[in-house]
Amino acid sequence: MTRQRKRALINFICLALACVAMAFGLFFLGAILWTLVKNGWPALSAQVFSQMTPPPGESGGLLNAIMGSVIITGVATVIGTPLGILAGTYLAEYGDRAHRVAGVIRLINDVLLSAPSVVIGFFAYALIVARTGHFSGWAGVVALAVILVPVVVSSTENMLKMVPNQLREAAAALGASKSRVIASITYRSAKTGILTGVLLAIARISGETAPLLFTSLNNQFWNTNLSKPMASLPIVIFQFAMSPYDDWQHLAWAGALLITLSVLVINITARGLAKYSARNI
Amino acid sequence: MRPGVLLDAMFERAAWLAAWVVPITLVAILFVLWMGCRLSLQHFGAGFLTSATWDPVAQNFGALVPIYGTLVTSAIALIIAVPVSFGIALFLTELAPGFLRGPLGVAIDLLAAIPSIIFGMWGLFIFAPYFAAHFEPWLIAHVGSWPVIGGWFQGAPIGIGVFTAGFILAIMIIPFISAVMRDVFALVPPMMKESAYGMGATTWEVTSRIVLPQSRSGVIGGIFLGLGRALGETMAVTFVIGNAHELTHALFMPGATISSTLANEFTEAVGPMYTSSLIELGLILFVITFIVLGGARWILRRITSRTVGAPI
Amino acid sequence: MKNNTRSAVVTLSISVLAMIVSLKGRATTITGAGSTFVYPVLAKWAATYQKITGDQINYQSIGSGGGIHQIESKTVDFGASDMPLEHADLVKNNLVQFPIISGATVPVVHLAGVKPGQLKLTGSLLAEMYLGKITKWNDPQIAKLNRGVKLPNQAIMVVHRADGSGTTFIWTDYLSKESADWKTRVGEGTAVNWPVGVGGKGNEGVASYVKQIDGSIGYVEYAYAQQNKMIYAQVKNRAGKFVEPTMKSFRAAAAGAEWGKAKDYHLILTDAPGRASWPIAGSTFILMQKTQANPAQTREVLHFLHWAYTSGVGAAEKLDYVPIPKKAVGEIVHTWQTALKMQNGAPLEIGL
Repeated sequence: MTRQRKRALINFICLALACVAMAFGLFFLGAILWTLVKNGWPALSAQVFSQMTPPPGESGGLLNAIMGSVIITGVATVIGTPLGILAGTYLAEYGDRAHRVAGVIRLINDVLLSAPSVVIGFFAYALIVARTGHFSGWAGVVALAVILVPVVVSSTENMLKMVPNQLREAAAALGASKSRVIASITYRSAKTGILTGVLLAIARISGETAPLLFTSLNNQFWNTNLSKPMASLPIVIFQFAMSPYDDWQHLAWAGALLITLSVLVINITARGLAKYSARNI
Repeated sequence: MRPGVLLDAMFERAAWLAAWVVPITLVAILFVLWMGCRLSLQHFGAGFLTSATWDPVAQNFGALVPIYGTLVTSAIALIIAVPVSFGIALFLTELAPGFLRGPLGVAIDLLAAIPSIIFGMWGLFIFAPYFAAHFEPWLIAHVGSWPVIGGWFQGAPIGIGVFTAGFILAIMIIPFISAVMRDVFALVPPMMKESAYGMGATTWEVTSRIVLPQSRSGVIGGIFLGLGRALGETMAVTFVIGNAHELTHALFMPGATISSTLANEFTEAVGPMYTSSLIELGLILFVITFIVLGGARWILRRITSRTVGAPI
Repeated sequence: MKNNTRSAVVTLSISVLAMIVSLKGRATTITGAGSTFVYPVLAKWAATYQKITGDQINYQSIGSGGGIHQIESKTVDFGASDMPLEHADLVKNNLVQFPIISGATVPVVHLAGVKPGQLKLTGSLLAEMYLGKITKWNDPQIAKLNRGVKLPNQAIMVVHRADGSGTTFIWTDYLSKESADWKTRVGEGTAVNWPVGVGGKGNEGVASYVKQIDGSIGYVEYAYAQQNKMIYAQVKNRAGKFVEPTMKSFRAAAAGAEWGKAKDYHLILTDAPGRASWPIAGSTFILMQKTQANPAQTREVLHFLHWAYTSGVGAAEKLDYVPIPKKAVGEIVHTWQTALKMQNGAPLEIGL
């Protein structure tokens, strides 16, 4: 075999393997989505959105769980996002000045990023539930916020660092103060990138199960009061999927489909935004 | 100018405070964990790390099996996920036609968006039975008798166990690693690639000799990001690992990871020593993550200081 | 664009906050947590009870260990555990304990050609299998009991629970009573150091492994065996009779229980006396603080439980649970009247 042929062959094999890798990834996405649609679609009905989680043997829906998830995730996002963005800003914009401290904070942030969620749940339990003496939606909010913040911190930092330095320098040369530069130049050009990071963080926390079990517990009734135990989709899915009753299992699959679909929609929105911004910078 | 200076100072202070929330949270978590596990720390001491016993009835606990399981499942995940992610990144940056790049990239990213409990349910009800029926018997029969690595592919073909857990983990971290790889591949200056192509290099040669060395530190960073995810992943592993506290090198046998042990047993743990030992496991996981990620940063710094101009 | 997003975020946060504030002053609800086993029936009772009285009893399954821990730390109004607490533990945490419902655990197998109820097993055989001493289905000891059943020359694959569980407690308690070897080598608990086998998460996990693995044996709550149409085995009871797992044999086991004689109701229904009794059964126990800071809240809990004992029997049986016999309910009410106190030491008026 000539050297030329050999090079071409190696190239062909490697590229073929790359195609196989791509197919591998797509296959599993397809397989999981197919499982969810097959099991969850028949169980999705108007009832799911209009009725409370039922006891076994009765018909019902997931309304209280959907509402609980929206509230807990929403409040955690409202609390965690500003914190995360500010911290990310510090690392990106002021980090050079104290690079040792910033380096340590960055490492710690990475450690928090991969902390097991069950440990975060235990932390929120010790911090809120054990102190106040009862389970509450707030404890779930704290647990989810602790998971959300590191995600926002690292994505914000990365996005801000992508903003070309010339932009900042140009603004500074015009006499703008640093905070002014950050607010009106850096944030503006990284806006959608940061938003994408936040949306991805929301997607991440909206599927968390373990940290909610010992914090917001669950509630089979309608409740929008964060100082009481509150239902959430992941917990209901977990409890119902592991039960012996068919109607509960159907609802679990419906919930699983719902949660995955909404997470996917959030994700696609985030990507769309990122693309839109890339075109408009 | 004065209000600007004041505003500047206030903004910097606020950002500084927010940044400090991160380490304070970690310290608070470590403190809560430490308070929770003083009992087992005192009782078992350093022996906790080296003991493979996990006997809730006799209240005798050791962390060796879950530590081992955590490392092994993460290693399997990396062995599978790194080449696959590399292939995906290569496909998306060099091979895919322009109109497919966007949608396919999003599709792979979406894999990261699926909640881990869904991976667990899918792994338990769909993947494990299929794997047990179609792949495990073949692997056991053919690879199981090979020297050295054969021992890994032994056990009963039941679909669950250390290997399945590692495999599911791999699927979960592929999007993370491939996304980072894709981004850093795209950052390699097109000039360099073009000139290599111009000299008649094949796509593979450009990738392996230009793109990969140029983006090495970013690639390694991405791998460690995936590793970080794999170490702490709870729900998906819990469903498929089988939770056996036995030290075995056979990958088709059930095992346990730190987070799966926590998720499986924390809710039913009775007695202070049991609870305390579980909390100590949580603390150990933090230490492992810290060492792994700290090590990653150290490697990265060494590499970046050697290759000048490499993108980070 | 920017202003729109900002105002949307502001509106959203304000409306969320308003929602939280406006709904603060609602009627108090009862929170209970613990045993996963009673979760379905308590959910059923609570839903019906809410329709009748409007009171919300929110019970959540966080595991028996969780239930014990939560009632000890007073984060719930009542806890539920599948494993009764010892007297010393109850005293230490100032708790009162009583049974709420019973249920059975059933051995299930996956063997080609074997029909439900066809296979006969004994407690000591089950212990030997779970110890890894009997490893083949055609072992002479199994064959001896099962003349006429075609037993394959196949390895026994033992399936147990991966997570800690009350079902495991009942199962291992039974094996400990039947086999001295099991008692010394493994013992009983919600989680034990299994000598052999694979662990499935939850009853559902065990059921799905047994269904998948040829030659396997596992144990699940009766409802799971029933719903999944699994191949259950007959088991020899204390009277020496082989019995099938049916509501009738479960009720027989529960009927023989002398709750009144057991201190702190510490009684496990395994190896129950009686010719028709199913030998592997257990109960879930409610745990409450003896000294109650909030008598009104406590009264609601007790009224609900009393309603469940009397009016909830039908619903419970429909879900494959075994109700507590009437006679025992009277004793339990008496326990409430004597054990529960207000903070000043005065007895709590239950007002039933």
